[in-house]
Amino acid sequence: MNATQLQSQPGKVLLDRSDTTLMLRLSGRWHLSRDLPSASQLVAELARQPVPRRLRFDTSGLSGWDSGLVSFLLEVETACRERGIQEDREGLPAGVRRLIELAQAVPEKEGARTGAGRAPLLERVGDWVMAYSVGMEDFLAFFGELSVALNRFVRRKARYRTIDLAEAVQQCGPEAVGIVSLIAFLVGVILAFMGAVQLSQFGASIYVADLVGIGMVRDMGAMMTAIIMSGRTGAAFAAKLGTMKVTQEIDAFTTMGISPLEFLVLPRVLALIMMMPLLCLFADLVGILGGAFVGVSMLDLSLSAYMRETISTFTFANFIGGLVKGTTYGGLIALAGCLRGFQCGNSSSAVGDAATQAVVMSIVMVVAACGAFAVAFNILRI
Amino acid sequence: MADSTAAPAVSGGDQREAHIVVRNLTMAYGDFVLMRNLNFTVRRGDIFVIMGGSGCGKSTLLRHLIGLKEPATGEIFYRDFNFTAASVEEREAMLRRFGILYQSGALWSSMTLAENVGLPLGEFTDLNEEQIKKIASLKLALVGLKGFEDFYPSEISGGMQKRAGLARAIALDPEILFFDEPSAGLDPISSRLLDELILELRDSLGATIVVVTHELPSIFTIANNSVFLDAESRTQIATGDPHEMLAHSTDPRVRKFLTRGAEKDGAQNDHG
Ligand SMILES: Nc1ncnc2c1ncn2[C@@H]1O[C@H](COP(=O)(O)OP(=O)(O)OP(=O)(O)O)[C@@H](O)[C@H]1O
Ligand SMILES: [Mg+2]
Repeated sequence: MNATQLQSQPGKVLLDRSDTTLMLRLSGRWHLSRDLPSASQLVAELARQPVPRRLRFDTSGLSGWDSGLVSFLLEVETACRERGIQEDREGLPAGVRRLIELAQAVPEKEGARTGAGRAPLLERVGDWVMAYSVGMEDFLAFFGELSVALNRFVRRKARYRTIDLAEAVQQCGPEAVGIVSLIAFLVGVILAFMGAVQLSQFGASIYVADLVGIGMVRDMGAMMTAIIMSGRTGAAFAAKLGTMKVTQEIDAFTTMGISPLEFLVLPRVLALIMMMPLLCLFADLVGILGGAFVGVSMLDLSLSAYMRETISTFTFANFIGGLVKGTTYGGLIALAGCLRGFQCGNSSSAVGDAATQAVVMSIVMVVAACGAFAVAFNILRI
Repeated sequence: MADSTAAPAVSGGDQREAHIVVRNLTMAYGDFVLMRNLNFTVRRGDIFVIMGGSGCGKSTLLRHLIGLKEPATGEIFYRDFNFTAASVEEREAMLRRFGILYQSGALWSSMTLAENVGLPLGEFTDLNEEQIKKIASLKLALVGLKGFEDFYPSEISGGMQKRAGLARAIALDPEILFFDEPSAGLDPISSRLLDELILELRDSLGATIVVVTHELPSIFTIANNSVFLDAESRTQIATGDPHEMLAHSTDPRVRKFLTRGAEKDGAQNDHG
């Protein structure tokens, strides 16, 4: 075999057994970019009776190597140690020997390795349930602490900066008006269309106004606003607080004796609770305008007739119901956003996860609350 | 060793008051025990260094000392105040006497440097706004950041953030200062200046200082007391003055660390 042929040969390993000694002949180029022999075959050979007592290496045929060879040898080495086979590293190139020593310089910390392998299905279900109940507990604990903070706020003992509250109000209120109007207008238009298809068949297209009015004020206004706000503001809260967790800014508050719950969470929760009802009212109004737009331009209704019909359907209870819902949803969104931010892990990817989870959690809670309200209002005959 | 029921008292040769006493502390993350049986005393005016290899639990020990993490077992005393058993209110009162510099600076990113330094002053003193501003400027000047009052943390360099964090830590003239890797990420000259600043703070404020670091020059410049954590045996393997450790310790692990692995007598020359 001539030199150039040897150079281009892929890595190969040959076994040579002489009673108690196993000789490993490594040859060719052992590079990661090539197909390398796997160690498992060799490990199987080591286990075969009679178990060899010594392992030696011959690397005279080796024409090149990189970490591919080192990782192969480490695997062999582990197998040897498990079986009490003595390993003689004499035959290895000096560089390989040094890398192996370096890789073994710091012994593995026992107990540090976690999540070895994939757990069986039942265990995973169990873990999931446990994690879920812990999550519920965390939520309740957070809610409790927040109630304490709110209590201190009411007694004017809470520590927070008015400017932070003002900033949060700005973020939750005026800055959200644009997107809320757009969506509310479209929802109004959609409701009107849905109603018009049926109602105009009976010549009752004026009742589109009732449909849009009641639909927006009772449910759709608050619901759509809540969904927009959880994507817009809830996620922003989670990301902001999560980042502060990663950079230890939250620790800095805690260790200064300033409660981060009062300083960071309270202004955000208050701002959203204050702004949500206003946004909902606004969304109701814009949605009704959207309905009126359809009514006037496509159903040949006059604007004044449409508005008169809309107003005649309102009851005070509808109106209050919409506001109560808006406020509740606001509280839930702020709570979910801040909780997920506080629970964020210590990396940038954890911040992304926190934002995602905040949105999912708040939308689920809002929809569940909506269902609860529907049942409660039905019982109360509102 | 003091007996385990009474509050820690001044013991033996050193007559200075015991400021921080750690007794039988075990630290764990869940079931994973990081360190057990930690016992050491920091005296008033000490500059106490927590040393050890990477990942052995130095930052975790610091988090225990400042109450961000609860001991698995064991107790931490500040003088004769049992910090581990204290209520939230008592702890908060205690925390106000601490100044803490975090590894990353941890400046509040939505506030200017002056607001960062001024916030604890505004919350915990009766100073008016004008006075707070003046004191914040003074603290910033002490760490060499005169004129940067209205900058936001994102607008200054990493080393400057560290120093601004220090200015915030000393805002309330604390009794005890905790530093996590103060000189990590600083050039040798800045890190030397920081060492001098630490010594200066001890002498002028009379503060006790606890530092996590593995910079040998820094250790030999500032420290007069220390604890050495070892990851493998999961406990402390030495306490005391690092200079004496270098001179007298017979433990090969300690010697290896303090001589950067090169066991030779000349190693003592690079501290001054
Ligand atoms: N939040 C956590 N959850 C679980 N284990 C952790 C956590 N934080 C740290 N650890 C583990 O605790 C050990 C010690 O971490 P710590 O940050 O205290 O080390 P350190 O001594 O400060 O190291 P370095 O000098 O590199 O900063 C590490 O082995 C790490 O795996
Ligand atoms: Mg650390």
